[in-house]
Amino acid sequence: MTSILTNLFDGVAYGMLLFVLACGLAVTLGLMNFVNLAHGAFAMAGGYVCAVLVNRMGWPFFAGLPLAFVSAALIGAVLERLLYRHLYARSHLDQVLFSVGLVFMSVAAVDFIMGSQRVFINLPSVLEGQFDLYGVGIGRYRLMIIVICGLLTALLQLILARTRFGSRLRAAVDDPRAASGLGINVPQVFAFTFAFGCGLAGLGGALSAEVLGLDPYFPLKFMIYFLIVVTVGGSSSITGPFLASLLLGVADVAGKYYVPKMGPFVIYTVMIVILIWRPNGLFGRTAVR
Amino acid sequence: MTAQSDVGFHARQHARWHWAEIVFWIAALGCAFVFPSRYLIMTDIVRLGLFALSLDLILGYAGIVSLGHAAFFGVGAYGAGLLALHGVITEPVIALAAAGLAAMVLGFLTSFLVIRGIDLTRLMVTLGIALLLEALAERFSDVTGGTDGLQGIEMQPILRLFTFDMFGKTGFFYSLAVTFLLFLLARRIVHSPFGLSLRAIRNNPLRAAAIGIPVNKRLVAIYTVAAFYAGIAGALFTQTTALASLDVFSFERSADLMLVLVIGGTGYLYGGLIGAVVFRMLQEIFSTITPQYWQFWIGAVLVVIVMVGRGRLHRWVLWLPNLVITQLAGRKAAVDVPEGEGP
Repeated sequence: MTSILTNLFDGVAYGMLLFVLACGLAVTLGLMNFVNLAHGAFAMAGGYVCAVLVNRMGWPFFAGLPLAFVSAALIGAVLERLLYRHLYARSHLDQVLFSVGLVFMSVAAVDFIMGSQRVFINLPSVLEGQFDLYGVGIGRYRLMIIVICGLLTALLQLILARTRFGSRLRAAVDDPRAASGLGINVPQVFAFTFAFGCGLAGLGGALSAEVLGLDPYFPLKFMIYFLIVVTVGGSSSITGPFLASLLLGVADVAGKYYVPKMGPFVIYTVMIVILIWRPNGLFGRTAVR
Repeated sequence: MTAQSDVGFHARQHARWHWAEIVFWIAALGCAFVFPSRYLIMTDIVRLGLFALSLDLILGYAGIVSLGHAAFFGVGAYGAGLLALHGVITEPVIALAAAGLAAMVLGFLTSFLVIRGIDLTRLMVTLGIALLLEALAERFSDVTGGTDGLQGIEMQPILRLFTFDMFGKTGFFYSLAVTFLLFLLARRIVHSPFGLSLRAIRNNPLRAAAIGIPVNKRLVAIYTVAAFYAGIAGALFTQTTALASLDVFSFERSADLMLVLVIGGTGYLYGGLIGAVVFRMLQEIFSTITPQYWQFWIGAVLVVIVMVGRGRLHRWVLWLPNLVITQLAGRKAAVDVPEGEGP
């Protein structure tokens, strides 16, 4: 019983982490309709920035996290202005080719600069080990992930639903032409959203070094997971991707624990079945532009 | 002349063998005698060209974007490897056909999943199928040999006449012959009424359906054929290298394949073959400059191609050959980029 609860807890932490990593993609892929397979590269950038700051320069871990966010967001903003924005109107094939090219470049570049071995970030002693709560083993680090990611999710929901920027973004996504007619600077909104999503991915990358492992092949290894979160979750709100990532996290952890040899097999099968059954995602809108 | 016979006339005109095509194939054969020490890399190029041809059939002619074409390559590779390893079918040509058919069956079964939905769903489903097969191959490592791959494959002589030699001479001629035969078949397919209907579907599925083309049936058919081609390419891989490992299913293989086809250009069959030559040369150059990090430059090439624009790039590349053809032959350039490039 307790092992089930511990697994559930780990799964939730994993799912929350996936959500933070992938929710930027939910906006670019789901809302802006841009197939960005290079999303993991931004996560990797954030992770490595955090690793360098903490391990080599001796920054505290909690100071490294915001910097991971900022650096990934900056890289995202620069790339968006230079490259991505020219491709919004192109075919999906072009977008796929472009982002695959970016992935290859990032993998080789990080391999060149940082080496190909897995990187660990030195954690403060507060976050190490686990404690018992009514017999359920709870890892401190995973608890922190759940807290941070839970807060971020609530914050995102608030921004999207309550702020002026949120309503601008929703308007720009629903109908870019009408939105720009109303005086909304659509490219600016998109650029800002893109950078913010990249920043979140960077933060997720820094958090995931301990759980998922951080090495130069990170963007390739987890690309399919991000895509699953977005395509299965649909794009009408952030609730869909959130539920999808929780589902994926719990299923993946449980799969690895109970049927270790069939783990990835189960997930891919479920993904294909869901996509065939509901091509726009479990929680998606019925009509996609 | 009625409109219908007019279309038929133009289609037949277009389907005629152009002298440049004959030169291309003679040059391909000639390479064997000009570079007798390079059989292995040339075999690799031919194989990759056949694989890219297979993607061209669905991407260039039917407009299906696939990120998981390596699935069929892998099935063909393991099929041929297992047949040879367990001595089920020892004759390479029959084994090749059998492995191709295995991939074809898989292609037929998965085509129903692929034709549903929009581009994005297709991307995900094709990618998912390739990853699924990779996971399966890893799971059943007692059959596939796991990460070590199939080892100890011994190929019997082709048609019981030609033995595979150490330098890959037999392998090269074998691959070239197979590729040429399949190319002839592909050429026949795309210039048939069936092929023309595919192009109509690529350009506008809705209109194609409105003039009475059974869109889904045609897509299933071409997807199945493309899977057969990819399976043959995979089987050639195993037969000429006597090796099959898990990386036949890898995402990088599918992604590289797209690059090959994009370099060469989609929708005129030679794109894959030309792209394979250019891609391998680029890879050679990059690996001599930076042995470990050549992938960076391959990625850069992809980004540049997309930023410049595929259509524009082909016009640049074909500008010189077209100029030569126009000057020499004194007529309209034949090696043009088809209208409505790609999906």
